[in-house]
Amino acid sequence: MTHEMKTDKKNMVVVEGSYAVAHAVKTCRPNVISAYPITPQTHIVEDLSKFMADGEIPNCEYINVESEFSALSALVGSSAVGARSYSATTSQGLELMHEVLFNVAGMRLPIIMTVANRAVSAPINIWNDHQDSISQRDTGWIQLYAENIQEISDMTAQAFKISEDRDIMMPSMTCMDGFILSHVYEPLVLLEQDITDEFLPPFRPERILDPKNPMTFGAFADPHFYTEFRYQQERAMQNSLKKIEDVANEFYDMYGRYFGGLIDEYQTEDADIIIMAMGSIIGTIKDVIDRLREKNVKIGLLKVRAFRPFPAQDIMNVIKDAKVVVVLDKNISLGMNAGALFIETKSVLYNTDIDVPVIGYMIGQGGRDIPMSTIEKIVSDAEEVMRSGIKIESQFTDLKEELI
Amino acid sequence: MKSISLLAPGHRGCAGCCDAMAAKFTLMGAGEDCIVVSPTGCLEVMTTPYPETSWDIPWIHSLFENASAVASGIEAGLKALGKQGTKVIAMGGDGATMDIGLQALSGAFERGHNITYVCIDNEAYMNTGVQRSAATPYGASTTTSPAGKVSFGNPRPKKNMPAIILAHGSPYVATTSLAYPKDMIAKVKKATEIEGPTYIHCHAPCTTGWGFDTSKTVEVARMAVQTGLWPLFEVEDGKMTKVRKIGNNKKPVEEYLKMQRRFKHLFTMEGGAEEIAKIQALADKNIEEFGL
Repeated sequence: MTHEMKTDKKNMVVVEGSYAVAHAVKTCRPNVISAYPITPQTHIVEDLSKFMADGEIPNCEYINVESEFSALSALVGSSAVGARSYSATTSQGLELMHEVLFNVAGMRLPIIMTVANRAVSAPINIWNDHQDSISQRDTGWIQLYAENIQEISDMTAQAFKISEDRDIMMPSMTCMDGFILSHVYEPLVLLEQDITDEFLPPFRPERILDPKNPMTFGAFADPHFYTEFRYQQERAMQNSLKKIEDVANEFYDMYGRYFGGLIDEYQTEDADIIIMAMGSIIGTIKDVIDRLREKNVKIGLLKVRAFRPFPAQDIMNVIKDAKVVVVLDKNISLGMNAGALFIETKSVLYNTDIDVPVIGYMIGQGGRDIPMSTIEKIVSDAEEVMRSGIKIESQFTDLKEELI
Repeated sequence: MKSISLLAPGHRGCAGCCDAMAAKFTLMGAGEDCIVVSPTGCLEVMTTPYPETSWDIPWIHSLFENASAVASGIEAGLKALGKQGTKVIAMGGDGATMDIGLQALSGAFERGHNITYVCIDNEAYMNTGVQRSAATPYGASTTTSPAGKVSFGNPRPKKNMPAIILAHGSPYVATTSLAYPKDMIAKVKKATEIEGPTYIHCHAPCTTGWGFDTSKTVEVARMAVQTGLWPLFEVEDGKMTKVRKIGNNKKPVEEYLKMQRRFKHLFTMEGGAEEIAKIQALADKNIEEFGL
């Protein structure tokens, strides 16, 4: 399926990324929003609060909670009574939610949360990397990463539709790079209310807390039952692989916009070198690819949009004929000296016939700028790997030796 | 068919369990049009071993420290969906209320959600094996504040939880005791009918944790009231509107302490008498302060 963009420029407006998200949330008709302010998520919740103050979100309650822990906990209650429930956070706030994240997924509550990705303390740092959400990898949340503000806006509606599907019923994080996307002004088409009302039906879960039909939520499961609950969560995650693709295609059919399903590709067809990455760095990489293609470098991009569920098959299909794969990670698994996307990609290739060298770069930590020259340097490393094999498998990028 | 009690029999509570009694009385006061949130604890574990449940009303357990936040979300969700009249009740132990869940409780009360919080205060972490909490009284021996050669047990008095809730401007705060079920049922009914965040603090003797015979839960609870160690009162809009008088029935604290294993050391250790005198002073202060 081809996805030629059908965006009419006359429908585009220039707004801040956070406004685009808040507007998209409003358009999805939430019933309960619960959030605690934290940089760089604040503009999203401020814009939503203004919508509330102006009476622009009907049938909705906004809870100004006293912590991120309570922000997500409140949504456990609201989602369980059948209210479409939303939050937004980042970094320390997301880490504070850690225990609740597992609980939400285990109780199969399709809450949607925007994460304005930010580095984690210590040292304290408010700028962008992906350590916060990547560190929540195993909590049972679907994780989608956006490359620009149009995508994060559109992804909001997609996430509700994916999560609320009765075969899924798992929560989703829609991830946008803090500041780089949350605070940038770009042209986009704001999520359309009329199409969204058709695309996203009202939330009608099969089981809710209701005095007319009393049910028990959150019972304890002993060893005789626990495994099967975990298995069903994993099965829902596997179901979501197809659902994410289907919803992206359905979105394209109705709105005319497409930024990938589980993954997206750019110039991969004949590529010897394939760069893999997530988030706003995708735009920079595409510019580098355009420049190098003019010099006849056979290079392409595999954008990973879904980190959980992990799109193993889609990734393998794209990289199987490449001569080298370069994975860029805005996160580090300390003690492994590697980023998560690199580790996952290597792991899915094992036990297959695909024999392609994979190298990893930990990049952009704590908001360090990633200029095109840095990507070009990485590409020249990759060309060296094609000539003479891997010398360094995984490394820090632009490390300032003089500061160590 | 509805069982007579909204908390069905067959749960895994101990004989003489205080949680089961407190939950039953709470539901008798609230009626069936309610949703109950329980934090992690004895009540949760004993009533909901999957796939069984004792709850004949909609019930949810999320985590240990977030019952008040979950209740906030339930209330907001019902409001957003236009569902009126359903009472939202959070019901948890003293640890979940006064220690680990205090922040979420404070937030919910400050925000003014229309919920009722019932603290079932059995004065220690019973589900994990009788460890000290902020509700453990002075001189009680627990597994983490054991009496020993140089210790008389817990060195601190109970945290004054009703006062903390009152400081939030709650329109209704009441204390209850398992020895006075009619009083408790009436107070829960009143609390759930008053708009805004209301609070019930129920003194709940635990047969296992306190060390008394399973037939004595009510007697121990009554003795706490009659010694003045647990005053029963009601505060409406910040004003004390009702206090249960002890009058001539007043008992010395020894009567209460000697019923329980957790205070046994006070009667055997050298210097125990002075410790008992300190506890008597706490009771006397209550008697004076509340006019018992």
